[in-house]
Amino acid sequence: MSLLFKNVKELVRDIDEFINTVEQGVLVFKEGVINYLNDEKTSFAEKLERINYLEANADKLQRKIDDEFLMHSILPQNISDIENMLDKIDEIIDISKDNLYQFEVEIPYFPEEIVQDYIRLTNTSVEAALHAFPAVRTFFREPLKVKDILTKVFFYEKEADRISRNIKRKLFHEMDELQLSQKIHLRYFALHIETISDKAETLADMLSIMALKINL
Amino acid sequence: MIILFYLSSGLFLGWSLGANDAANIFGTAVGSRMVRFKKAAVIASIFVIIGAVVQGAGASETLGKLGNISTLAAAFTVALSAALSVYWMTRMKLPVSTSQAIVGAIIGWNFYTNNPTDIGTLTKIVTTWISGPLLGGVFAILLFMLVKRVQKKVSLHLLYRDAIIRYGLLLVGGFGAYSLGANNIANVMGVFTGSIDLPVIDLGFATFNSTEQLFFIGGVAIAIGIITYSKRVMETVGNTLMPLTPEAAIVVVLAQSLVLFIFSSQTLSNAFQSIGLPPIPLVPVSSSQVVIGAILGIGLYKGGKEIKFNILGSISLGWLATPIVAGLVSFFLLFFVNNVFKKDVGANENSPVQEIVMKIDSIAESAIQDDTISLVEETPDFQAERQNELSEDDKESVDVPMIVFGSLALLLLLLSIFMTIKVRKIRQKQDSELQKLENKYLFKQKELEDTLAEQKVRQSDLDKELKFRQNEMVTMAMNIIQKNEFLSSLKNEIVEIKSSVKDPEARQAFNRLSLMISQNLSIDRDREKFQMHINEQNSNFLRLLSEKYPSITENEKRLTVLLRLNLSSKEIASILNISPKSVEMNRYRLRKKLKVSPKINLSDFIREI
Repeated sequence: MSLLFKNVKELVRDIDEFINTVEQGVLVFKEGVINYLNDEKTSFAEKLERINYLEANADKLQRKIDDEFLMHSILPQNISDIENMLDKIDEIIDISKDNLYQFEVEIPYFPEEIVQDYIRLTNTSVEAALHAFPAVRTFFREPLKVKDILTKVFFYEKEADRISRNIKRKLFHEMDELQLSQKIHLRYFALHIETISDKAETLADMLSIMALKINL
Repeated sequence: MIILFYLSSGLFLGWSLGANDAANIFGTAVGSRMVRFKKAAVIASIFVIIGAVVQGAGASETLGKLGNISTLAAAFTVALSAALSVYWMTRMKLPVSTSQAIVGAIIGWNFYTNNPTDIGTLTKIVTTWISGPLLGGVFAILLFMLVKRVQKKVSLHLLYRDAIIRYGLLLVGGFGAYSLGANNIANVMGVFTGSIDLPVIDLGFATFNSTEQLFFIGGVAIAIGIITYSKRVMETVGNTLMPLTPEAAIVVVLAQSLVLFIFSSQTLSNAFQSIGLPPIPLVPVSSSQVVIGAILGIGLYKGGKEIKFNILGSISLGWLATPIVAGLVSFFLLFFVNNVFKKDVGANENSPVQEIVMKIDSIAESAIQDDTISLVEETPDFQAERQNELSEDDKESVDVPMIVFGSLALLLLLLSIFMTIKVRKIRQKQDSELQKLENKYLFKQKELEDTLAEQKVRQSDLDKELKFRQNEMVTMAMNIIQKNEFLSSLKNEIVEIKSSVKDPEARQAFNRLSLMISQNLSIDRDREKFQMHINEQNSNFLRLLSEKYPSITENEKRLTVLLRLNLSSKEIASILNISPKSVEMNRYRLRKKLKVSPKINLSDFIREI
């Protein structure tokens, strides 16, 4: 029996590994941003290196999974949806890596009084993504339960939006000591961090539709 | 060799059965790419042959009871009639089944040869035609319920579920092929078992009697049909009835296989009898109709919304039309073979057709005798000689028109077959061309739709970008305004303090400070940056404005852009570091230059340029 399911077992392991890699990538992003905000340069550099490796690994795994699905025509009726879903998961780690590199390249200046807001935004945005990954795992095992898990993703996404809006308001209304260019620069970084939760929301929307389709 | 020729009609029937009915077993699996065609064809071929040889005798025996065809020519004609009826009815797009065609053809033979049709056997067969699809439906509902319950209770990874379904489709497909061979081999070879007696083959470990050998040959014909033609059928008509999920496909195939197995298993029938139940009628059943029954069963279980009830009508039409058409074709072909080719089709002397033929012969003979009477008056030797010649010539004259008529009919038949094939080829070519065109247009349409969707997304992105930029500009402008306001109030404050200070040095310092503020108000870096920014963002608009109104000045252009951002005169005044009154004046001049009527809002007019 185990011989019959050898390929399947390997593919299941690859998918789990892919999701784990992306999940780790998002956690590294979170730590990286916090390192930057706390001015921990060495740790930040380490995180950059780590996320680079994880992103490359995720790409490799995604290509392998795609090949397996197409070669053995696995789940032929849902193959396009699943491939789209894998793309969306990969996008999260791509965006995380790009955003972390933005910090390294643009070296934005964060005044002391706004650092905590940015840390909160990072935590909330990443939390949305971290709740999307268990939903992906559940989709493969118990599609009916996916919707219950996704509510948390939507909640954290809204919360990230709200925090981001507050940050922008604070930047433009309360922090007169900053140059306009600095305000705009910082606003962009709020946007960058918020994108993680936006991507998680897109993935969640897709998952909820796929769960419905697969249960029909 | 001659046996092979006579078997050809049965083999053709077997080939068409394999080509068409394999889609009932592996259609969804191959159509949905869950199972590769090669794998499906190999499994189906092997199991159809095994089923035919091992379990084909029961249903064949029942057909034998309906009409025991004892001559090779009759068996050939009956099988050919069934094959032609199936072919013709398929061409006419009428619902047709091989099982019903062969029964009709046998009844046609019964009529032609004046053999009595066993009403008991016929009733048994007809009852099975109805109970087969019904049983298929019941099995499908029960199995579907079971599958759903198992799916709910066992939470399997989707990929494991997919693998299990794949193996399930292969397993159930193998069983389906076995049952198809066991049940439907009677259609293909049943009519030949009474007329062909082959020597027993002893392989040491097993012996094969004549019937088993015939069934093996029929099974091979079905297998060839599966390998050579069923792929096309699977890909085209495999899913036309109703698109099935792989789980539902397993249920449908299993239900169909069980029905076919039940109606061909002697062991099961004996087991029924041993516990006091009535025996199971072993009858060839139409696999397509059982499949329809199974699919309808699933449809009913799901609430009946998706059911197309006209399918039931088409099944009933198949039950009536197929045996009638096959019976008629069989009757006429037997007449043709019997009277043109003078082949023994097992007709009784007292059959009505034979009586008619004999009457025609006797009329012809009496006519010959009338002619000879007139010749009797001539010399006896001549008379005797003449009579002999005449009787021989006239006998020939009865047969010659028959042969000519027969040959013409055969020619016509061949011509019509040739024409049908030709027309079919042309139609296929036209269909494929039409399909190609349709695909091309569909592809183009899809491409256009994709482009449109892409453009829409791009447009919405651009809109968002535009809105974002406008907001950015307004924010920038507001920042400048706030800053200028702050500087102005600071300047006023300095002027006020200065008036109360008498120390000349301090007054001079205040003057310097005031001057610095004034300079900062007029030469503002932020303002410059803002100006550059809005020029860059509105480059297209400014170009259009210059083209439309060549006399417009740089200051007026700047004012137009700020009005486009929907800023008030006070805000514009602050940005341009001029008084609000000057802004009002400039607005008035601009209105004149742009020839805007006093009834129209200037900002709206500018936004519409």
